[in-house]
Amino acid sequence: MSEWAFIALLFVISAMLPMVPIVGGRLLGPHKPNEQKNSTYECGVETVGDTWVQFKVQYYIFALVFLVFDIEVVFLYPWAVAYNQLPLFGVVAGIVFIVTLAEALLYAWQKGALEWL
Amino acid sequence: MADVLASLADIYTTIGNLLTRLFVDVLGASPELASGIIKFLGAGLLATSVLLILVFNIWFERKVMARIQDRIGPNRVGPWGIFQTVADLAKLFTKEIIIPDGADLVPFMIAPVISVMSVVLIWAVVPFAPTLIGTDLNIGALYFVAVSSLGVVSILLAGWSSNNKYALLGAFRGVAMLVSYEVPFVLALLVPVILSGSMRMGDIVRAQSIPFLVVMPVAALIFWIASVAEVGRQPFDVIEGESEIVSGYHIEYSGFAFAMFYAAEWAHGFTVCALMTVLFLGGWRGPGAEQIPTLGIVYFLGKTFLVYFFQVWTRAILPRMRIDHILSFSWKFLVPLSLVLLVLSVLADKLGQLYIPGYAVAGSFVDLLPRTALLLVVTLIVGGLAALWVAGLGRRERRRQEAALSVASIEGRAAQQAR
Repeated sequence: MSEWAFIALLFVISAMLPMVPIVGGRLLGPHKPNEQKNSTYECGVETVGDTWVQFKVQYYIFALVFLVFDIEVVFLYPWAVAYNQLPLFGVVAGIVFIVTLAEALLYAWQKGALEWL
Repeated sequence: MADVLASLADIYTTIGNLLTRLFVDVLGASPELASGIIKFLGAGLLATSVLLILVFNIWFERKVMARIQDRIGPNRVGPWGIFQTVADLAKLFTKEIIIPDGADLVPFMIAPVISVMSVVLIWAVVPFAPTLIGTDLNIGALYFVAVSSLGVVSILLAGWSSNNKYALLGAFRGVAMLVSYEVPFVLALLVPVILSGSMRMGDIVRAQSIPFLVVMPVAALIFWIASVAEVGRQPFDVIEGESEIVSGYHIEYSGFAFAMFYAAEWAHGFTVCALMTVLFLGGWRGPGAEQIPTLGIVYFLGKTFLVYFFQVWTRAILPRMRIDHILSFSWKFLVPLSLVLLVLSVLADKLGQLYIPGYAVAGSFVDLLPRTALLLVVTLIVGGLAALWVAGLGRRERRRQEAALSVASIEGRAAQQAR
């Protein structure tokens, strides 16, 4: 538990460290907003329409493939820690799991989820 | 005299004991309170030194880049321009923090804070010396992966809340790239965990009588490429691509809010070098470091700066890749390669453990030699085949493009058009 106490302390301190200069900069620096300065910077051109536009579906698909992979990889960590004590059967079971993972990658690849359209 | 030498040899424990004595005996605090105060001081020291070392790192990086590009680099403020960063910080401190119209104020101001936090928190599990580590968590490896992915959240928050199309585009690209490289990063990280049989960072270092870079060079390379991409440095700097999306997600930030993003990015660059050192280069290990823990930090920082120099070198000489090339490189090359490498090396290693006499999975340099030799052969075969395959792919592609541009084909096309 005391191990995590250090991380809790570091969490608080690491949040304070950037907050103090930002607030300090806000207090020390000038603060003179005007219409031109506060307008959205798009290389000097007036911004057209809503900012939160529709985006490429490809970003979403990559995020989805990543999600599947990352969750599956997390399951490999306990196996990796126990690896030295495992019998051959346990290692082969892990390999079967990795091959399933690879098959999912191949499936996504064949389906064209990894193509940038 | 011998006592003094012994206490100097392990100066971290000595200072800790002295502080405990000061708080308990002199100031009359309870031991729990004393250890709490020491933890607090340690955390504060760690967090500030992570950010303070940046003052040197930014100068180092600018100087090295300048030399590679045949320039002089900063040379006006202080000796060799070493205080240039201090001057820059002082300037940024007095700049206005502009909040653009339509920005979502709360996420807009939280994003730089999270981006610094995600980097500083990683250092909690980095072992500097045998007796100097923030906290040796039993899930250290998983902890730093979890914490460093907080950086993705800060990029998305910043891009989304800025009310700027370039920022949003930069954030989308950034998130797509960071999550794509997280997979080879995590897969390559499995290798040190398997080889040492522990996720504790201290144990991973202690298991490296032979550095894992020698045992599994290809895994180390994959980890390094993925970590450069995680930082978003050249050749993977599409997040900020100045010439395309004018700085990406932090386009609307100014003053110290911008400086915090900048600091977090630079600190992350140094942090992945430290992780590379710990996981593959043997961390604080070096001649005499076991007996004299004080030396450990010297070896650790030396190796880290060596890796950092390589990172700056890569940054200076490689052009920016296109986003689709970057993503293909991760999903179609690094991920399959690391999966194949993982399967074959685990299988070979387990069979070695069962059937090769004198095959040890832990111990001294000599004990580990059979395992190193076997895994090195497997790694080099897999890596070599992958390299040959990629080279063949490149050659075919070049032939195809050269054929399309050759005089005969151009004349042929012209004749076809004439008909």
